[in-house]
Amino acid sequence: MSDEKAVSNPEQSGTTLTKDSAADGEILLKVTGLQKHFPIRKGLLQRQTGAVRAVDGIDFEVRKGETLGVVGESGCGKSTMGRLITRLLEPTGGQVEFEGRDITHLSVGQMRPMRRDVQMIFQDPYSSLNPRHTIGTIVGAPFKLQGVQPEGGIKKEVQRLLSVVGLNPEHYNRYPHEFSGGQRQRIGIARALALNPKLVVADEPVSALDVSIQAQVVNLLDDLQEELGLTYVIIAHDLSVVRHVSDRIAVMYLGKIVELADRESLYKAPMHPYTKALLSAVPIPDPKRRGAKSERILLRGDVPSPISPPSGCRFHTRCWKATEICRTTEPPLAELRPGQRVACHHPENFEDQQPQDTVLLSVAKEAAELVPTEEAAEAEAGGSEEAPEAEAGGSEEVPESEAERAEEAPAAAGEAPGTVASAESSAAATDDNK
Amino acid sequence: MSKLEKAALGEPAVAAPSDTDDAFLSVRDLRIHFETDDGLVKSVDGVSFDVKRGRTLGIVGESGSGKSVTSLGVMGLHRSARAKVSGEVWLDGQELIAADPDDVRRLRGRKMAMIFQDPLSAMHPYYTVGQQIVEAYRVHHSVSKKVAKQRAVEMLDRVGIPEPAKRVDGYPHEFSGGMRQRAMIAMALVNNPELLIADEPTTALDVTVQAQILDLIRDLQKEFGSAVIMITHDLGVVAEMADDLLVMYGGRCVERGPADEVFSEPRHPYTWGLLGSMPRLDRDQTDRLIPIKGAPPSLINVPSGCAFNPRCPYADIPKDNVTRTVRPELTEVGERHWAACHMSQEQRERIWTEEIAPKL
Repeated sequence: MSDEKAVSNPEQSGTTLTKDSAADGEILLKVTGLQKHFPIRKGLLQRQTGAVRAVDGIDFEVRKGETLGVVGESGCGKSTMGRLITRLLEPTGGQVEFEGRDITHLSVGQMRPMRRDVQMIFQDPYSSLNPRHTIGTIVGAPFKLQGVQPEGGIKKEVQRLLSVVGLNPEHYNRYPHEFSGGQRQRIGIARALALNPKLVVADEPVSALDVSIQAQVVNLLDDLQEELGLTYVIIAHDLSVVRHVSDRIAVMYLGKIVELADRESLYKAPMHPYTKALLSAVPIPDPKRRGAKSERILLRGDVPSPISPPSGCRFHTRCWKATEICRTTEPPLAELRPGQRVACHHPENFEDQQPQDTVLLSVAKEAAELVPTEEAAEAEAGGSEEAPEAEAGGSEEVPESEAERAEEAPAAAGEAPGTVASAESSAAATDDNK
Repeated sequence: MSKLEKAALGEPAVAAPSDTDDAFLSVRDLRIHFETDDGLVKSVDGVSFDVKRGRTLGIVGESGSGKSVTSLGVMGLHRSARAKVSGEVWLDGQELIAADPDDVRRLRGRKMAMIFQDPLSAMHPYYTVGQQIVEAYRVHHSVSKKVAKQRAVEMLDRVGIPEPAKRVDGYPHEFSGGMRQRAMIAMALVNNPELLIADEPTTALDVTVQAQILDLIRDLQKEFGSAVIMITHDLGVVAEMADDLLVMYGGRCVERGPADEVFSEPRHPYTWGLLGSMPRLDRDQTDRLIPIKGAPPSLINVPSGCAFNPRCPYADIPKDNVTRTVRPELTEVGERHWAACHMSQEQRERIWTEEIAPKL
């Protein structure tokens, strides 16, 4: 991994990063205001009647050597985002900078030299390998396309790559159908690594694989990162896998990043209600915790259409904390805690950003159902309408801020007794975690 | 649902004590083999289990372990020309494998119903959701279309579809993934089946929708007291849903027991492997997962002896190479808890408590 250009200017990246206190390591990829709208055309003249706003203004950066996980429900635009930063799609707006160079609107020809540094691993190991090519041809293709002549010839290099990803180099002349799903995914990884890329974008790299194979591939990605100093952007919907592989995690909802934080903060104390709902929905593989997990937040309904996303905060139609301001004003993605950026007016585990605005929207009362388990239900006899700490962030502000809100808003404060219970249950859940 | 039907269903059975006689569904030594050009595929090779009313059995395993084939076998959905099915399936005192296919067809949909993984391919794209539910209802009830449609609207409402009276005339493609899955659940439940088989009901869905669907299945089970078989590869889902657990590998059951026990004291190396393979949100971050080496076996050439032996890190512990020559039978390792492994109880207990459990 020789990247003289990248190593040479750490100072410069420091300056661009002044606000980001968690910044260590230079920025490899910087995305600002990135947008992708897919036009909807109708009628004889194919006039544009609207647009699917798949990605609608996102900012983030990826630092060298880290793994950025991107999670969200299907349709939130995470895969489109992956294709935009690898420039497989042309962005509608915004900017993508790779190693300080603007690659947003490079032509195919101009992009070609960059392709060496940015590679992609695809989700489906069955459709991403050409069935009529041998493994040798598939993995060797990048060398031919880029006109690279590796030391010792392409064949030798391909065989080395195959052994790096844990395949038998003798399989050089076999066809994809002779391999299992896990092995095919390894072939895809070998192809992505062929040219020593700096950034690897993996779109759902393990979701098509069986659990036991999934673990093999996750470990392989881990090892390769350590050995080759790779930088990953891993797009996945499985929150446990993302937690396992990522250093920082971006949560997307309807084309926007709603929370961007390092792993620890995000999973211990999620601030955006959506993140919290998402985390609480993950089934825990331990029957004994069926009772211990104090509550689940059950979001109602589906993700709204990205053709006409809700006004203001896009999550307000499903959020149990939504107030008037959420409908009218879009919250900025602000760094509320060092290293934790959140776009929310009423974040969890943190002080309210809009304390004056306390009246819940009527939809909010039905937006999410809190499903207490039987044991928890007894403790929660108060029946809080708000979301008590399901995940127990272990931060003291939570109950306080909720209590504050409850006092200030008698209208929404049917839950005053519940707030106490929620404080208790969060304490209990914290104990549980220990 | 009318009161009459509710009465006909009887009281939802209370969670019964561990006595196999009162099992609602009892499968004995089920074998399902397929003749192919490459050889005989032994998809299911001797599986036995029981499910009681009001209880949920989780079947877990990797793809190709035979879990879906088992469930289709219970439903009698294998074509007899292609599949060789043997063994016994007792549903509420009636044997199904040897029974007349017409009799089984009358039970299907009425007494036992199935939720499939992919609602888009399980529902007919040409008919409205309502028409499909109406058809399912009228097959078993001689009522007018109008009554049946009312029933369909009722069911759609019951599974949480907003504006059911309007959506009943919608086509499957007009529904989102989660809604479609709900519609299929409505279709499966329209006749109040006493046995519900859910084959990966949430695999294609997002976690938030998955949570909704699992809750729905749980609620409906409570309401109707049906027996549920939950087939999945997601240990998280079975942990939330199942009372009992059946772990399948290579067409056979390798471990079976109460879910709590299988999760807390698993007694088969494959179960250990599954538990070690998955990253978990409820535990501290680990550096590495503990994968199972290798890949699942071919069902044409199942490894001799224990099917898991090529992937098992402990295959050499039992003496005389027995893991490679003799197929282990299920032996009791706890109350209502069986595992098929050549290692002695003590060896397994020691390995689990000393080597595996601390690393999870």
